[in-house]
Amino acid sequence: MAKIIVVTSGKGGVGKTTSAAAIATGLALRGKKTVVIDFDVGLRNLDLIMGCERRVVYDLINVIQGEAGLNQAMIRDKRVDNLHILPASQTRDKDALSAEGVEKILDALSKDFDYVVCDSPAGIERGAQLAMYYADEAVVVTNPEVSSVRDSDRILGLLGSKTRRAEQGQDPVKEHLLITRYDPERVNHGDMLNLEDIQEILSIHLIGLIPESEAVLRASNQGVPVTHDQKSDAGQAYVDTVSRLLGEDIPLRFHEYQKKSLLSRVFGGGRR
Amino acid sequence: MKLLEFLKRERKKSASVAKERLQIIVAHQRSQRDQPDYMPMLERELLEVIRRYVNVDQDAINISLDREDDCSVLELNVTLPRSG
Repeated sequence: MAKIIVVTSGKGGVGKTTSAAAIATGLALRGKKTVVIDFDVGLRNLDLIMGCERRVVYDLINVIQGEAGLNQAMIRDKRVDNLHILPASQTRDKDALSAEGVEKILDALSKDFDYVVCDSPAGIERGAQLAMYYADEAVVVTNPEVSSVRDSDRILGLLGSKTRRAEQGQDPVKEHLLITRYDPERVNHGDMLNLEDIQEILSIHLIGLIPESEAVLRASNQGVPVTHDQKSDAGQAYVDTVSRLLGEDIPLRFHEYQKKSLLSRVFGGGRR
Repeated sequence: MKLLEFLKRERKKSASVAKERLQIIVAHQRSQRDQPDYMPMLERELLEVIRRYVNVDQDAINISLDREDDCSVLELNVTLPRSG
């Protein structure tokens, strides 16, 4: 049985798709058979971040409506074995996403895979609720910024009430906090919420911290999940996050402000 | 030097303002989390009924649902304006 992980946030633009792609890639690199599903019907983007946009033939809705088989719709990742992508539909309307259809797909995937990563759309509407409904674990992506933290709290409320685990009285969905776009320098200046504050407000377990990094845009430009950029801080931070998801105890990195030395200032070093 | 310290202390760091605001709004959100879906609607309709008789403000009405072991208590608090 696969573990179903939803990557969610409520607020848009905080790094859900980047994180879903990076985490799924990280899991596959660790030898776990992984599939990542885009639930953002009408606004698919996971395919772009994964760099397989030109190989999309069928999508999630086609499978739900029986127009294609799962194996026809899933795209095999070019870089990592064991990694598959199930893209969202770009044209159809959101109502085509049905609870029964999603359940059927997840049941089928659960038999073949170790991990199913669900990339949730922003908001708290149908798509977001369906992405989280069958989840065993949730990665709540949060920026150190008021609206993102508040929306994350809303999502935590939904995870505790509007999921299959909640409705059937099973063990609750395991909630993890993933802080992204963290800038230790601004935190140091008192102009950005620090990670302890965010944890205190949301009171959930921190699974990872991704620093604000030029590598993320570079990765999305190229359609290569940032996990592959192992020279970058963000890439390493995602690898750490994946290790923690797999139950390893890894110390936090990239959360402390390092003053730039004169040399690196002069030569513009320190870019990662 | 003293003046510099004074000026520095005056401005509260924006991150701590953010934290305080979030703590309040999140506590409020969580208090509403466990209430049934019909509560906001019930509150609005009760307010409407009361307003037919007395002119009260939106915030003059306070409604809460407390769950005890085998029953729930719906508490309704309305502050009426002093009659003139």
